[in-house]
Amino acid sequence: MMNRQGRPSSTEGSVLAEHPTFTGNRALAQEEPLLFEIGRADVTGVDLDEPEAFTPRLGGLERTVPIGLPGLSEPETMRHYVRLSQQNYGIDTGLFPLGSCTMKHNARLNEKMARLPGFGDVHPLQPVSTVQGALELMAELSRYLTELTGMPAVALQPKAGAHGELCGLMAIKAAIAARGEAETRNVVLVPESAHGTNPATAALIGFKVRSVPARDDGWVHIADVRPLLGPDIAAIMLTNPNTCGLFEPRAKMIADALHECGGYFYCDGANFNAIVGKVRPGDLGVDAMHINLHKTFSTPHGGGGPGAGPVVLSERLAPYAPVPFVVDVEEVSYKDAGPASVSALVEAARGRGTVTSDEVLALRKPELFSKDGWDAAVAELRAAGIEVTGDPSPLVVRHSSLDLIEDAAWYDEDAQPFGRMVAFHGQMGMFVRALAYMLSHGADGMRQASEDAVLGANYIRASLSDLMSLPFGDKPCMHEVLFDDTWLADTGVTTLDFAKAMIDEGYHPMTMYFPLVVHGAMLIEPTESESKASLDLFIAAMRDLAMAAKAKQTERFKGAPFHAPRRRLDETGAARKPVLRWTPPAPVAAQAAE
Amino acid sequence: MRYLPLTEADRASMLARIGVAEIDALFADVPDGALLRDLPDLPRRKGEMEVERILGRMAARNVAASSVPFFVGAGAYKHHIPATVDHVIQRSEFLTSYTPYQPEIAQGTLQYLFEFQTQVAALTGMEVANASMYDGSTGTAEAVLMAHRVTRRRKAVLSGGLHAHYAEVVRTTTQMAGDEVVSLPPDVTASEDIIARIDDETSCVVVQSPDVFGNLRDLRPIAAAAQKHGALLIAVFTEAVSLGLVESPGAQGADIVVGEGQSIGVPLSFGGPYVGLFATRQKYIRQMPGRLCGETVDAEGRRGFVLTLSTREQHIRRDKATSNICTNSGLCCLAFTIHMSLLGEAGLSRLARINHAAAIKLADALAAVPGVEVMTKAFFNEITLRLPKPAAGVVETLAGQGILAGVPASRLYPGQGLDDLLIVASTEVNTDEDRAALVTALTGALA
Repeated sequence: MMNRQGRPSSTEGSVLAEHPTFTGNRALAQEEPLLFEIGRADVTGVDLDEPEAFTPRLGGLERTVPIGLPGLSEPETMRHYVRLSQQNYGIDTGLFPLGSCTMKHNARLNEKMARLPGFGDVHPLQPVSTVQGALELMAELSRYLTELTGMPAVALQPKAGAHGELCGLMAIKAAIAARGEAETRNVVLVPESAHGTNPATAALIGFKVRSVPARDDGWVHIADVRPLLGPDIAAIMLTNPNTCGLFEPRAKMIADALHECGGYFYCDGANFNAIVGKVRPGDLGVDAMHINLHKTFSTPHGGGGPGAGPVVLSERLAPYAPVPFVVDVEEVSYKDAGPASVSALVEAARGRGTVTSDEVLALRKPELFSKDGWDAAVAELRAAGIEVTGDPSPLVVRHSSLDLIEDAAWYDEDAQPFGRMVAFHGQMGMFVRALAYMLSHGADGMRQASEDAVLGANYIRASLSDLMSLPFGDKPCMHEVLFDDTWLADTGVTTLDFAKAMIDEGYHPMTMYFPLVVHGAMLIEPTESESKASLDLFIAAMRDLAMAAKAKQTERFKGAPFHAPRRRLDETGAARKPVLRWTPPAPVAAQAAE
Repeated sequence: MRYLPLTEADRASMLARIGVAEIDALFADVPDGALLRDLPDLPRRKGEMEVERILGRMAARNVAASSVPFFVGAGAYKHHIPATVDHVIQRSEFLTSYTPYQPEIAQGTLQYLFEFQTQVAALTGMEVANASMYDGSTGTAEAVLMAHRVTRRRKAVLSGGLHAHYAEVVRTTTQMAGDEVVSLPPDVTASEDIIARIDDETSCVVVQSPDVFGNLRDLRPIAAAAQKHGALLIAVFTEAVSLGLVESPGAQGADIVVGEGQSIGVPLSFGGPYVGLFATRQKYIRQMPGRLCGETVDAEGRRGFVLTLSTREQHIRRDKATSNICTNSGLCCLAFTIHMSLLGEAGLSRLARINHAAAIKLADALAAVPGVEVMTKAFFNEITLRLPKPAAGVVETLAGQGILAGVPASRLYPGQGLDDLLIVASTEVNTDEDRAALVTALTGALA
């Protein structure tokens, strides 16, 4: 193991390369060993008092094998992970043009809100009466999502985009089964340009996947879909705006054709961020669409999650939504509504002089569930000469205005939930962040964000199209612009090389080699978070790199990155002989070292 | 709008460069009538203060776990999280990074994933672990699908001690795929004979320990029986701290271990985001779902880490992938790893002892409450009580007195005759005063 005690670094030689440091560190660029190489078995960074003596009741299942987990003190822990963080690129570091991934600004207000004890420190199985605010937040998020998409229902539980796809396809499968077509209607159409999650999801629950061929204009054509339609078609999964960065102009026609043949239209909503406040998927015949809260509504990607993928559903699929869901309790408590107003109740009770408390509650007014509202209603009745008999039964009064339906059987006979997708209620922490984003932006800000995202992508397109090749001609794109590698032909530079050279310029590379329908794809998504100055600098850097590539300065590309914490990594070797965990060095070697 | 840097002048000059007169020219592919003229029917933008006011009001309507004597468990547990954890996971470079597809500038993420995989493998007593699933429940469903692939059989047997919601998630997922699931009835006292249900068609048997009612289960005879029939044993846990004190599932012969990692470093957060732990034997790695981080070297021979074996995954294999999972629980893995690094083996075992001691104290105190029967004999930090009246009403009454007493079994198993059962957890956050308050209130509610 490396000796990490401080010692002066060598001073021999005169150029940087001749000043190797003793530690392997270079100023702020710190090499950091693995936790297992610096931790010790007997060290802990958490002070806990040993409990009073007790006799275990573990049924004879006490651990006999040591775990083998080293510990670190608190300062060591902090330094270890801070140093690791410094080897990462994030949105806060610089422009992150990763197409289809939507790396937009992550507002810290949203982090702060998710950490309010009333949201962050609440258990999913607490009594519903103690989590009314959490249910209110879920109901409010649902209202925003249904309004923005023009869809009537939403299932909040899915934990990421792919999980949302699964939820949508499960609802479709349940709807098909309810029609008695489970055996025969089992094919899902997926365009060649689709995200890999689409075919993987369909296959996961037993659908056969049939591919819709790509055209050279980047769009899915109704003429290519129609011949594939028939009584075996369950659904099409279409991304819109699509993975080529284009809006699918025939989406509604395709939806209509699917509906005509008895199938459903699943829309992959990964790129919804381009059209929020501009287009409602519900107007385009969508039956189900997941929304990546971590893309469109800026909940942090966190190095690969957690995400959240709520699914909006059409009237046709809404009955099959999974449990649990939030409802207004008025709708479930009283099947038969009482009179519509206090005066109508007075009218109905005239001659009797009394009404029961339950008759008052049957007015179904939300304010009755608060003490003040209740007292006011009783006072109003009394003023009209009518007494309320019997205390409101504790059960009813304590009954909350929002309820969480975990078992749909008693709730609504029309509901036929296909089942359950997650242990609890979905990604609450992400719901809070997404709603904070929505409240902050408002209807006007969300629409402006979509427009600015589209504007930025087109600005890049217009600024690079003379140097780099656009596979579908020079036409407007949505929030991301797709180039191919035709323009790199004969330069000796590949898309991968170009991407790695971007790292040396201080940028995270764009999405590369996706979508698969374009050769050497480079998918650039700047998002609305970039200033014009930032876009101009990025464009200048891209132009400089492009010209260097065209001038065949291959050395700048082939070995890149030169300035990152690591040079190119051997991915083939990693896959050929997988090392997926740290193991202690062999004892013999350890002895030899001592 | 504070998040949008472009000025009107910027927008105008950008439109000019693009060569269009107005923004809607860029939306020309949207069919007639579908491009909205009016803003959505939602409020306009708000400043930070107003957003804080609105969300703060909602948050204040919830009872936070830390504010009351708190004994709710059944799949998610209230543990103390060191301040360091939440600070580090909010470092920009962790919080605002993406899946490490460009390893040269994502070594921070990749190295902690490698550490996470190593910790999870060690904790579960298995050879390898992946870089996380969404949560324990979806991880369990994925484990069943993996067992089908490994054994080429399609029948799963679920123990009656498996968390009801986990069992539902497994049933939903596998039945949609056309597979068979045999679910044993709720098994409050760990007395089911699951071995009798394993046959030569069984792909896997899924057993949770500690189970949803708190019972610790001896996995060894089940592992042996499964092996005899060529089936896999999937061991599930929802309380990761238990592994500090209880023999690991790996040492008991499990083939796949899945669990909820929330207890280590991840807040309750009303059920998510959490982190699914997933570990198995080396020989099954090519059938595993989810991302894997592996060690390699860079062009200069320095050690580094990359995502690997991606030929199992959806972005390469599409409909032949082992799972559709893409985004997982990255930042929650980091929280888990930091908390686990702080604890170390010494801290984790002590934390586990504190939890077990707390549960013993609670069990003894509650057993003395007239009418209460403690059903659970061998447990870690959670037990099930039989009450002389429906537990849901009792929980509601105690909530009204500012005590969150536990989870009525009827919440997980509605209409199954378990209305008088209450599942109660005790962790290091409970004080003697908390336990005394619960005992007093429960005594009163049952009187």
